[in-house]
Amino acid sequence: MLLRIHDLHAEIDGKPILRGIDLEVGAGEVHAVMGPNGSGKSTLAQLLAGREVYTVTRGEVTFDGKNLLEMPADLRAREGLFLSFQYPIELPGIANSYFLKAAVNAVRRHRGLSELDAVDFLIAARAKMKLVGLREDFLHRSVNEGFSGGEKKRNEIFQMAMLEPRLAILDETDSGLDVDALRTVAEGVNSLRSPDRAIVVITHYQRLLDYIVPDKTHVLAGGRIVRSGGPDLAREVEERGYGWITGTADSGESVPVAAA
Amino acid sequence: MSTGTQAKDLVGDGEYKWGFVTDIESDVAPAGLTEDIIRFISAKKNEPEFMLEWRLKAFRAWSKMAAEAGEPDWAHINFNPIDYQAISYYAAPKKKDGPKSLDEVDPELLATFEKLGIPLAERAILAGVAVDAVFDSVSVATTFKEKLAEVGVIFCSFSDAVQNHPELVRKYLGSVVPVADNFFAALNSAVFTDGSFCYIPPGVRCPMELSTYFRINTANTGQFERTLIVADEGAYVSYLEGCTAPRRDENQLHAAVVELVAHEKAQIKYSTVQNWYPGDKEGRGGIYNFVTKRGKCAGAHSKISWTQVETGSSITWKYPSVILQGDDSVGEFYSVAVTNNRQQADTGTKMLHLGKNTSSTIVSKGISAGHGQNSYRGLVYVAPGAEGARNYSQCDSLLIGDQCGAHTFPYIDVRNPTSQVEHEASTSRIGEDQIFYCRQRGLTQEDAVSLIVNGFCKQVFRELPMEFAVEAQKLLSVTLEGAVG
Repeated sequence: MLLRIHDLHAEIDGKPILRGIDLEVGAGEVHAVMGPNGSGKSTLAQLLAGREVYTVTRGEVTFDGKNLLEMPADLRAREGLFLSFQYPIELPGIANSYFLKAAVNAVRRHRGLSELDAVDFLIAARAKMKLVGLREDFLHRSVNEGFSGGEKKRNEIFQMAMLEPRLAILDETDSGLDVDALRTVAEGVNSLRSPDRAIVVITHYQRLLDYIVPDKTHVLAGGRIVRSGGPDLAREVEERGYGWITGTADSGESVPVAAA
Repeated sequence: MSTGTQAKDLVGDGEYKWGFVTDIESDVAPAGLTEDIIRFISAKKNEPEFMLEWRLKAFRAWSKMAAEAGEPDWAHINFNPIDYQAISYYAAPKKKDGPKSLDEVDPELLATFEKLGIPLAERAILAGVAVDAVFDSVSVATTFKEKLAEVGVIFCSFSDAVQNHPELVRKYLGSVVPVADNFFAALNSAVFTDGSFCYIPPGVRCPMELSTYFRINTANTGQFERTLIVADEGAYVSYLEGCTAPRRDENQLHAAVVELVAHEKAQIKYSTVQNWYPGDKEGRGGIYNFVTKRGKCAGAHSKISWTQVETGSSITWKYPSVILQGDDSVGEFYSVAVTNNRQQADTGTKMLHLGKNTSSTIVSKGISAGHGQNSYRGLVYVAPGAEGARNYSQCDSLLIGDQCGAHTFPYIDVRNPTSQVEHEASTSRIGEDQIFYCRQRGLTQEDAVSLIVNGFCKQVFRELPMEFAVEAQKLLSVTLEGAVG
């Protein structure tokens, strides 16, 4: 099992957010984690990526058999854990190409591979940029600075393609995207599905899952996974909202989620 | 004029007598500053009379300032009092005759240069850089002179210039920074022992970038460099200055003066990377860097551009300025100043608009980490006759940690209603989310900081010559090691 989360409890500033998560994701699988606002989806994503603002109070997480929680964030990344940010961060003055080449080579060094020189990097980058419909001049712009919402999300998937992670966590990758951009991003993600790579798609809405069809779907509410199922579960959530699962009409949004 | 008596009165030196009390064969002058020492230095350097007179004039001005007010105290810096009488003002490497080629240079000296990464030998030739290396106070090696001589460029040590081109030295020395300009400039004018001189004749584009490396290597020797660069009509020169110094336990005073003169349609680009010993984590040791740098755009359509990367020294007090005298002349100042641990920097520029349609650009990037204090201090002056003058200033500060300080002191003095002056300033902190983003992509915390800081400085780095830009980036990373986390 590539990722194994057992009885994970975590809090921020003494306030419990995750209250016992159990989740197993195998290589080659795509899992969707859905849930209403405040259910702990983003906390789970950020915690797995190594954000230090969260305190784990109980439970364990292993990544390819190693204790993930002991690793600093940069080591997790080099080990092959990738997080596509819900709100990608701007890095003024740092060219996309420069940033990504540094990242790719940090990962390659860790894997015992030779570093890419400027030419090899550019060849690889050109090929991967096509996956998400980005133009080459994009490489020379500062990371995420002045990017539209769609460009930022496409950039995240482009980075994922370059970094070739073993586990990719996509945190609300669909938010802020119009239908065309959504399709482009989804196609990019689908092209990266492979037998040795796992993908966890975190989303509030079902629409992304029309394009990235998950093997398994989980519904997160109140810091716990309250229901797991196949792709059909997502559609059921779409039709009925979260209330029927969480049992409390006000714990999630009471309107059908598709309305948004 | 009874110069001797005057100086005697000013410094209260009862022991004063005409002539040399210091052994002329000595390689190191005894500590202290008197007229005798000035005469000793001038005699050691075999200078013409006008130089001695000039030095004495400076010494008297300095003595007066020292007696009346001491060092200027308006800068945002704190330091222990400097005992000017405890400093030795002259030290020569132990060499009888000047070396004629690299083969004649003391191998140990060359090894030191090697360690400091100076491309003095073959590497210099490959890089196409002429190096006038200064070891303590006396030049020990100069390369590329011949190639430069072909096009009529004079590039030599200041001592050589005094010997071989006294008319040029006499004409331009002190023409931009007068002897009594300020406390440290006056001190330098009195006691400087060497430096660099550069003259580009009319219409000549200097065929290579000129660079001088300064070193401080003898304990208790203040270093007083003098640089004079003159670009005659329509000439162009790019000059690089880089400094490193070995570790020191005591504070060392450095008071250099750089003068630039650009005639009509001439351009001078002056770049500095300064990484002298900054002191330890508690602020012990480190160089006191009190520098006066000023350029004069004497002719119409001339241009002077200063670019500096200041990462070293425990104190940096430095305001590379431009006097925009010629109509349509242009002044530029691009600066990165980094203070970490207990370092203090008070640096900026003065753009003095005198001529019509003169324009200036100021881009200052201050980075503070640890307990560092970083101040930008800049003056934009527009004279009544400077019709259509324009200035754009941008001062950005980046804070790393919560113990450091960033300060901005912009002075704007505009006396012409047709001028246009803009000033923008920002202060930011390296965001935890930025660092996390970088780390999530596999970069270490230090690489992340280095990346973000280099991005912050990009506007300035791109003004540097290529090899300097690379060195500057490395320096910044080294300077900020351990600053975060």
